[in-house]
Amino acid sequence: MCRIVFFYFFSIFILFYTLGISEVLAGRNIKLATTTSTENSGLLKRLLPVFENRKDIKVLVIAVGTGQALKIGKDGDADVLLVHDSVAEKEFMQKGFGISRREVMSNDFIIVGPQGDPARIKGGRDAVKAFKKIYSNSIKFVSRGDDSGTHKAEKRLWETASNILPWNVTSTSWYNEVGAGMGQTLNIAIGMGAYTIVDRGTWLAFKNKREHIIMVEDKETLHNPYSVILINPNIHPHTKSEDAKQFYDWVIGEEAQEIISEYRIDGERLFLPNIDIYK
Amino acid sequence: MIFGADPGLGEVVLLSLKVSCSAVALAIFFGLPLGAFLALYRFPGRGLTIICVNALMGLPPVVIGLLVYIIFSRAGPLGVFGLLYSPSVMIIAQLLLVLPIIAALSRQHFVDLWHEYGDQLMSLGSNRWRAVPTLLWEGRVNLVTVGLAGFGRAIAEVGAVMIVGGNIDHYTRVMTTAITLETSKGNLSLALGLGIILLLLSVFVNLGVSLARAVTIRQGV
Repeated sequence: MCRIVFFYFFSIFILFYTLGISEVLAGRNIKLATTTSTENSGLLKRLLPVFENRKDIKVLVIAVGTGQALKIGKDGDADVLLVHDSVAEKEFMQKGFGISRREVMSNDFIIVGPQGDPARIKGGRDAVKAFKKIYSNSIKFVSRGDDSGTHKAEKRLWETASNILPWNVTSTSWYNEVGAGMGQTLNIAIGMGAYTIVDRGTWLAFKNKREHIIMVEDKETLHNPYSVILINPNIHPHTKSEDAKQFYDWVIGEEAQEIISEYRIDGERLFLPNIDIYK
Repeated sequence: MIFGADPGLGEVVLLSLKVSCSAVALAIFFGLPLGAFLALYRFPGRGLTIICVNALMGLPPVVIGLLVYIIFSRAGPLGVFGLLYSPSVMIIAQLLLVLPIIAALSRQHFVDLWHEYGDQLMSLGSNRWRAVPTLLWEGRVNLVTVGLAGFGRAIAEVGAVMIVGGNIDHYTRVMTTAITLETSKGNLSLALGLGIILLLLSVFVNLGVSLARAVTIRQGV
């Protein structure tokens, strides 16, 4: 009988422990909501330890799509954002959710597809033309469908390439919105033998490419800039804006920019820094 | 392969155990009395409550995750605590996930136990309320299985902890979210390796509990 009493005391202990555990574990920290590409490409693993050592501030990374990252920022659940959808970012700033925004780096999207190349777009340099071919021949295509920066960029491409938007047609069998992150979307596209659009960083770091290769590179149309946004402390006074500002300043500063410019996978550069001297 | 690739593995395993064990312990704390109450007391709407609790056993983890997210987001009613994206809120989400399982399964056990010991206890001058600790004690061996069912659900789910924890490296990353992440990076072999570790973990926990149970039964305590 006394064991039951003991167990109940033990449970109460766990309850208090639960509520106290988080702060103790975390120490001094800021929360960074960012896109999956910065984490999946391995860049943050290279970048953040340097910052954490220098400033003694831990960066807790929440890697989601840009759409969700902006939502997290809007609700004040993160202190700083690193995202890639300039249209949505500007709207975010206009509404006053962010206090400052700066471009950090950029890379480009690429269209990848199966080696057999049913749409005959291999080696192309014009993304719109490639999309037109996929569209007119109804070749299998996988879309993120999750409101991420990549998804928005893809939708803008369809808007110029096709007169009927593929996601508005209910009976299409070739256009597949999967509602997943970049990596999962790649897994699905590869499994289906379909084309998809991906940022170069995620593609280079991706380990399950199998028969898929780069089909189209178009650095102009498919330019993909990333920005850092500091959440407005006037709207969300609880955000750790001072520590977040330190990260903001550091990531657009020389040390971070040099790390970004030197980050390579298989000898290929993933991100172009924003400071000219390191380009 | 697995140990070489990820030095943070121990950390992830430990957090998985910490979160799920805490959640299950709390769920037992709240769930057993609830189960006993539903089994032994008649009150209006009892049948409906039992149906609801049973139905909640099938609630998808993502739905729980979403609800907890909305509640604990800074924009939500409990946002002031700033618990979103922390291990605490993961425990809370799993607690809500496991609670209906503990309550529903233990209710059934209490019904059976009452059939077995009820008359005897009543004749000894006990009543339904005072009988609960005795029933708990007599049924402890079977009630362990209830706890294990809850633990299995908690340690295996990914939907809730992903949404409320955010899969933050060194902070809220657990086995299941790590598997999801590695799959999304195309690291299928590593993901599978982590899956095997998760399975082994579950086997060890069950093995340990079975042993403890066997010893208890043999000692006849």
